[in-house]
Amino acid sequence: MMTCNFPRSLCAALLWFAAGAAHAQLTIEITGAGANRLPIGIANFSGERIVSQALTSVVRADLEHSGLFRLVETGVEPIPDNAPFNYGEWKTRGADALAVGSVAPVASGSDNRYASRFLLYDVNKQAALGGQTYLSSATQLRSAAHHIADYIYEKLIGEPGIFSTRIAYVVKSTGRYELQIADADGMNAQTALASREPIISPAWSPDGSRLAYVSFEAKKPIVYVHSLATGQRHVAANFKGSNSAPAWSPDGKKLAVVLSKDGGSQLYLVNADGSGVERLASSNGIDTEPQFSRDGQFIYFTSDRGGSPQIYRIPAGGGEAQRVTFEGSYNVTPRLSPDGKSMAFISRNDGRFQLTLMDLSTRQTQILTDSAKDETPSFSPNGRIIIYATEIGGRGILAAVSSDGRVKQKLSVQVSDVREPAWGPFVK
Amino acid sequence: MRNSLPAIVVSLTLVACSSQPLSPEQAGAKVEDRTPAAVKVDVSPVAPVVAGKADEYSLGMLKDPKSILSKRSIFFDFDEYVIKDEFKPLVEAHGRLLVTNPPIKMLIQGNADERGSREYNLALGQKRAEALKKMLLLLGGKEVQIEAVSLGEEKPRCTEHNETCWAENRRDDMLYAGEF
Repeated sequence: MMTCNFPRSLCAALLWFAAGAAHAQLTIEITGAGANRLPIGIANFSGERIVSQALTSVVRADLEHSGLFRLVETGVEPIPDNAPFNYGEWKTRGADALAVGSVAPVASGSDNRYASRFLLYDVNKQAALGGQTYLSSATQLRSAAHHIADYIYEKLIGEPGIFSTRIAYVVKSTGRYELQIADADGMNAQTALASREPIISPAWSPDGSRLAYVSFEAKKPIVYVHSLATGQRHVAANFKGSNSAPAWSPDGKKLAVVLSKDGGSQLYLVNADGSGVERLASSNGIDTEPQFSRDGQFIYFTSDRGGSPQIYRIPAGGGEAQRVTFEGSYNVTPRLSPDGKSMAFISRNDGRFQLTLMDLSTRQTQILTDSAKDETPSFSPNGRIIIYATEIGGRGILAAVSSDGRVKQKLSVQVSDVREPAWGPFVK
Repeated sequence: MRNSLPAIVVSLTLVACSSQPLSPEQAGAKVEDRTPAAVKVDVSPVAPVVAGKADEYSLGMLKDPKSILSKRSIFFDFDEYVIKDEFKPLVEAHGRLLVTNPPIKMLIQGNADERGSREYNLALGQKRAEALKKMLLLLGGKEVQIEAVSLGEEKPRCTEHNETCWAENRRDDMLYAGEF
């Protein structure tokens, strides 16, 4: 732990900014950027220098990592947020937008609180677009920075930002598996489960309060539901044979699961507390990887009932299965976009397993990567980014690609394999 | 025939971690109890011994490297879950052990090579485990004695990315009580 010679409140803030660094964090590297990035300046916020620079750098990193913004140099000096704004100067400097702000301690009672205030200007329209003030404790300053980035993103791009969301994933190091949850920028990783045996298929409940996953700690696959606030978990499915592939219904009350209790891997529905198992579909082959559509009407799944693994869908209440993929001999792991219009999945092409996107109305598909071992895609809750697992140089990493294929990111943990990403929902 | 067996067999649960103490003498007694007059007990034409000789397939042989029973693994071709002929004697030996030792429990763990989706590979491993279980049931093993589960690609024996390693991971393992 570092010693801190600043006033206590400042130390608390700095410790929180540095918090993620010690714990095997995810590092993010952008490898491709959007063609038309919006030039934006984020001026250093005024206030206690170290705190405000830390806050400003989080806002800048969030916007830059999205691949949709190009940062314009704003100089060292903060720009006051209470003086008339010089649009002409910033137009000359090539910015389409500029954010100015301040962060200051608020004297209130016993706990150290900060007010982070900012304004966003549209340089071309020569108008202020709006601003916010976020009150937070010292330990929540990073979170305030993410909210600021979300606000700017939404104002300028026109869809909600994901900087305040979290991702779950599994880290494998020698003899050890950890189910971790980190902020979307890879910081503040926390371990929900540590085990000597594998963990796969984490799935967020729609309200973000629980994770379902498959653990092999009992030497066979068992489905658990884990409450994140309390750390308590219960068994959702442990029938004779294998239990796996949990997928939440949109109302968070049920899980679709794959059970072998009646022979073969087949689809069932079970209540989130593990009661009330009912059969969902029947086939003579393998049925697996169920996923509810966002409106809860259909369950998409992988099946080899036609002779090779393909994606099908079935009405959530049961009924006839319809085939969805027809090209190629191996199409698995269906994941629906939040707006329901497209489906990400993994297709095998010439022996390479690749992230593919299908427009569900036209059935056109597009391969989004040129790697060979892609797995488990997961949409960000605004539908803009798909995170997935892949392998580079023999090591498991996470990667992300924008749904138009243009922006690419790599996320890795030093000295370990990362796999099984699941992007959490918007936080209320 | 069942009601001549001790109640302990009927009350055994299906928990994978049970460790039921076993004694060869008890197993031998059961076989004698169950042999009615003039019924052909030898179910397999290939088996070199007559069923009913409990000491031919005793539990001690599970750890004896000279015994076929110490071999526990069966390997599969790519995308296949059919048990190849070369493994049939091994399966028959383990089937015989199950038949002559009714309290004994086996866990079959099916595995798949690393290529492709983890959940799909879990299901492939399950097919392999169930194919072996089905053969053991046909040989006289009982449903309560065998659980078939899958480890998919999650617990590979080797991690190279080549066919030799993939072939080693397309596999069923048979484990007995105390080993899981």
